[in-house]
Amino acid sequence: MNFLRLIHAEWTKFRTVRGWLIGVAAAAFVLIGIGILSAEGSRVVATGPGGGPRQVVTGPGGEPVRDDFTFVHRRLDGDGSLTVEVSPPAGVGAAVSPWAKAGIIVKNGTTPGSTYAAVLLTGAHGSRLQYDYTGDIAGPTGARWLRLVRAGSTLTGYASSDGTGWTRIGSTRLTGLPASTEIGMFVTSPPQDVYQERFGGGQGDVVRTTATATFTGINLKGQTPAGDWRQDGGGAASVLRTAGGFTVTGQGNIAPIPPDGPGAIERTLVGTFGCLTVLIVLGTVFMTSEYRRRMIGTTFAASPQRGRVLAAKAIVLGGVAFVVGLAAAAVAVPWGRHIMIRNGLSVAPVPVGAEIRMLIGTAAVVAVTAVFALALGTLVRRSAGAIAGAVVLIVLPYLMASAAVIPAGPANWLLRVTPAAAFAVQQTIPIYRQIDSMRTPSLGYFPLSPAAGFAVLCAYAAVAFGFAVWALRRRDV
Amino acid sequence: MRAAVHAEWTKLRTVPGPAGLLFAVAASTILLGAVVANSVTCLVAGCTADAAKSSLTGVQLGQAVVAVLAVLVVGDEYGTGMIRTTLIAMPRRSVVLAAKAVVLLGPVLVVGVLAAAGSLVAGSRLLPLSLSDPSTLRAAGGSALYFGLVALLGLGVAATVRDSAAAVGVTLGLLYLFPILAATVASPTWHRHLQQISPSSAGLAVQATVGLHSLPIGPWAGLGVLGLWAAGALLAGGLLLQVRDA
Repeated sequence: MNFLRLIHAEWTKFRTVRGWLIGVAAAAFVLIGIGILSAEGSRVVATGPGGGPRQVVTGPGGEPVRDDFTFVHRRLDGDGSLTVEVSPPAGVGAAVSPWAKAGIIVKNGTTPGSTYAAVLLTGAHGSRLQYDYTGDIAGPTGARWLRLVRAGSTLTGYASSDGTGWTRIGSTRLTGLPASTEIGMFVTSPPQDVYQERFGGGQGDVVRTTATATFTGINLKGQTPAGDWRQDGGGAASVLRTAGGFTVTGQGNIAPIPPDGPGAIERTLVGTFGCLTVLIVLGTVFMTSEYRRRMIGTTFAASPQRGRVLAAKAIVLGGVAFVVGLAAAAVAVPWGRHIMIRNGLSVAPVPVGAEIRMLIGTAAVVAVTAVFALALGTLVRRSAGAIAGAVVLIVLPYLMASAAVIPAGPANWLLRVTPAAAFAVQQTIPIYRQIDSMRTPSLGYFPLSPAAGFAVLCAYAAVAFGFAVWALRRRDV
Repeated sequence: MRAAVHAEWTKLRTVPGPAGLLFAVAASTILLGAVVANSVTCLVAGCTADAAKSSLTGVQLGQAVVAVLAVLVVGDEYGTGMIRTTLIAMPRRSVVLAAKAVVLLGPVLVVGVLAAAGSLVAGSRLLPLSLSDPSTLRAAGGSALYFGLVALLGLGVAATVRDSAAAVGVTLGLLYLFPILAATVASPTWHRHLQQISPSSAGLAVQATVGLHSLPIGPWAGLGVLGLWAAGALLAGGLLLQVRDA
């Protein structure tokens, strides 16, 4: 029998069993239903002043940001540049925070969340050019002089250790920057998470840090209106005028806020685990029922090449699972997002590419898992054991890692070596290297990249499939 | 009833499957418990981790094997058609199910006690854990009872759906999906309620030995929730067994 006819035969077997069609519908229903339940259960009670929903500052890209710092500034009309000598930020009352910042900035006014570019010295990460909250380019370490040049919409940052030999860190184009901007010196120091992990969960504490830095040799070029430097700042802000410049102290950060778990859109896909459980049952039974009903003898009599029979089954099953997974995910995500927004969650914006990767990735994970279950069913020939094996390999590691059943270290390890690594395809939370934050599986961060995680699952499926073909050829029906 | 129990016991002990599965329950529970206990770090100042609960984490894996065993006690009879012979020999169907429950419960409880004891002994070598502490003993005994109730849940589900594959899927889904869903909801109220009604999260509250006041549900009440799930499944299975043609 040629291979296409074989696939057609297996497809006929699949679609004419009513229980399996019900199973397929149940898989889709479970994926959507659990996702909607999760979104409905995420009503946010935190309210801002006045009882309204909490106001979230967002950056030019729409992502939630933190934007508070001590600022000594004046207006700059059109092009210009600022050069200063700055002491590296020092901690006040405690060691300096690694991401404490002291430097110079050009910003569209003092409204939080406005577009900006800055060159700065950090507590422990050298000099940087940062812009629009998410942009971050590393410069030389040991720099003491900083320069920021505006030419049209292009901003270029330089650093120097002696004020004569300059290194260009990089440049950026800020399309939203108006002709008239605020330019000046700033200091800020992010709060530090002190996280203590306990069995069954963790306890987070946030400790404020304060940094101070001295600016001298201030050289501002460009058109500025008459008047003196002005100051702005929040908690612990202080500006002291010294003989050659300013000593500035501040708290806060100019950085993206990593989306917290509840606002991550992949939460709407938590039903994938239910969908997988159903498809694992279907995948296993697609083979074990042939043994139970003695159908397998007829199947192999009609098509003696046993490996090809298994391949045809895998194609039919994987194809069905992929379509079901994709369709269900494509319903669950927009519907869940709608409910999350209605419930007052600030849903983190996701680039279109990442969202498509999440949807197709989910469908692919569902499909490969079903094929994995098919191979296990072929090897074991008994449904119950094969199903339990597949569920324990895929769902249990994720449960133990994500629900903080085990500490973050082993949880990360578990999500590297088990097929549960594949759920990395669903992670849309971006990783910002310019902020220190907890990145544990229980907060939605996977140790592997989407492609690597998916490859782990595929490796398991391929090995199981290989053994299944080998066993089919070797065994008497 | 005695004859029914004897008949079911003979069925259980004369096939190699159940013995192997019972061994797997103990082995997987102790092994995973030891690995997790080994991974929990204790600070010099004191151990913030729940040493007893960490050592008994293997129950999360062992319960899957218990579920398979329980499902097969009924599912295999439907798979092979043996159920018709059974019901001809013992026409009172509720007695058949009760006998199966009794015969299943005995070995599962014994293995549960062994698995819990083994896990705690392994854990006490890795973590500061007092084996004679009343709460530790409650965690161990509760884990054994947890296995017993999971077995009854699996049995009830299998009698309800009459198919091993579907029954294993449903039972494992009930045990594993609630905690995953509970971990994703943002509302603390929902989170708490989901943990209170989840058969596994509520049932495993019996393992907690520290921070009891912050648990979503008390240790014994939690085990009671799993008991309700098991009773509901058995009731549904028993009723359907009565009214359906085999």
